[in-house]
Amino acid sequence: MNATKRRKPHTFQIFKDIGGRPFAFTAGFSFLLLLIVWSVLSYAKAVNPVFLPTPDKVLTEMIKLLGTGEYWHHIGISVFRVSAGFILACIVGIPLGIFAGTFKYGEAFVEPPMEFIRYMPAVAFIPLIMVWAGIGEWAKILLIFLGCFFQLVLMVADNTRRVSADLLQASFTLGAGRWKAIETVLIPAIQPQLMNTLRLILGWAWTYLVVAELVAVNSGLGYAIMKAQRFLNTDQIFVGIIVIGLLGLISDRIFAFLNRRLFPWA
Amino acid sequence: MEAAKKQEALYEEKAAGSIGSAPAEAGRQGEIVIAGLGKVYASKKNRFEALAGIDLTIGANEFVTIVGPSGCGKSTLLRIVAGLDDLTEGSVRLDGDEVVGPGAERGMVFQGYTLFPWLTVRENIEYGPKLKGVSTLERRAISSHFLKVIRLEQFANAYPKQLSGGMKQRVAIARALANRPKVLLMDEPFGALDAQTKLEMQEMLLEVWEKEKTTVLFITHDIEEAIFLSRRVVVMGANPGRILKAFDVKLPAQRTQEVRELPAFLSLKRELGALLKH
Ligand SMILES: Nc1ncnc2c1ncn2[C@@H]1O[C@H](COP(=O)(O)OP(=O)(O)OP(=O)(O)O)[C@@H](O)[C@H]1O
Ligand SMILES: [Mg+2]
Repeated sequence: MNATKRRKPHTFQIFKDIGGRPFAFTAGFSFLLLLIVWSVLSYAKAVNPVFLPTPDKVLTEMIKLLGTGEYWHHIGISVFRVSAGFILACIVGIPLGIFAGTFKYGEAFVEPPMEFIRYMPAVAFIPLIMVWAGIGEWAKILLIFLGCFFQLVLMVADNTRRVSADLLQASFTLGAGRWKAIETVLIPAIQPQLMNTLRLILGWAWTYLVVAELVAVNSGLGYAIMKAQRFLNTDQIFVGIIVIGLLGLISDRIFAFLNRRLFPWA
Repeated sequence: MEAAKKQEALYEEKAAGSIGSAPAEAGRQGEIVIAGLGKVYASKKNRFEALAGIDLTIGANEFVTIVGPSGCGKSTLLRIVAGLDDLTEGSVRLDGDEVVGPGAERGMVFQGYTLFPWLTVRENIEYGPKLKGVSTLERRAISSHFLKVIRLEQFANAYPKQLSGGMKQRVAIARALANRPKVLLMDEPFGALDAQTKLEMQEMLLEVWEKEKTTVLFITHDIEEAIFLSRRVVVMGANPGRILKAFDVKLPAQRTQEVRELPAFLSLKRELGALLKH
């Protein structure tokens, strides 16, 4: 053993924090790599430009489209549909999930049917939804709602069941009854996990949005993509996909930010 | 602002006074009578007798420790007294009333850390009083008093994750006591602490116990800790969990670290050690 020869720590250490800068740098590098692969494939014409447009063409197209009020209208209506379906799913799903996670009777009543429905693809509901809700705004919101709701309930129930029984028992020995224990222990305890669940579900909501906008609509980002496809305008398809990706990323960051701000104790 | 501060100081004085004179308070006793208690864990395949024929009376304001080998049912007994587990035979009474479920008059300190992570130290201490509907100002006085007692005033607004293990247990004790329980149940609360911290915690606990005057039922498998803390040591044996013997601790009421050197301490330690070996 030589004391002066200190071993350099490994770069890749299990679970070890690396600090904000290296993290951001690595993330940026990852995006850059994606861009490089794309550039190489497209500029070298390794792939037919009809299928894979070059980055600069997509960028000019994006600037052009974002300069039009029409595209912002598409963005606005899509954001509205996602939010409406997602928020409705939250309003109904979160209390139901907490109920199912808290009481065994709740679990028995809620979960088996949900597990069953969850495996039915939401897309398969489209014809049914059109029969029920027509082809108006509600049909799209309903599809997003259905896509999110069942997942949400099951995940919230799971979050609730993970709350430490010791904390609950501590509250009982401090004088809490069942309802007080739910209010002062269960609900605060699940909040950080719940935020993560909502983050994931919001991702699902964006997926179902595109599905919802593929049929019988004349507005929204999904529609814009479909229209571009009809004219084999891959530039615009790429713009649509990137814009949806950006919107998803923004909403995700907002959730992450809220999580840090609201739950400093976690 | 100034007026509010003064008011708070006033309340604190009042609260400290009333907490100090606790035994004089009417109706606050805390005698536990365990009679013929048995506990059987039964599943479809097997039947396990965890406790059998436990008879034990703990007087009001008494400090009793229970020692015994691992798995002899100490925690089970304590949880039954707390009302967190059901008994299968016999009864537990607190001041004559049968215990049927958990309640604020039987506070508990667990072995693991059970502070509410989303509440600050102060809010954790105020949790019980808040449930009872104690006013904000009075609650503040109570928490200030206990923060002083556990010497964590400067951590009042810290979250549990910022505390060391010993500090967490101090807060857990304060949280239980702030609720003014008749009985304090403690399940190896210092089991996870290092030797030095453990000694400090024991002294602090005795100090608090003398001030607050509640009945304490304390579980440990550390014989020295049992003798040092209590007026009576109850030894349990396993298969089925039962009481082997109880010892009165004949040591000065004022416990300092020096009592550990006294012949009475050492001989009791030897006796308990021999009993636990079998
Ligand atoms: N839920 C349960 N189902 C079946 N058996 C149990 C259950 N809980 C405890 N036991 C059994 O009861 C016995 C007593 O357990 P208990 O936790 O009370 O022991 P203990 O004296 O506190 O031990 P330790 O000192 O290790 O904490 C053990 O043998 C354990 O296996
Ligand atoms: Mg135990």
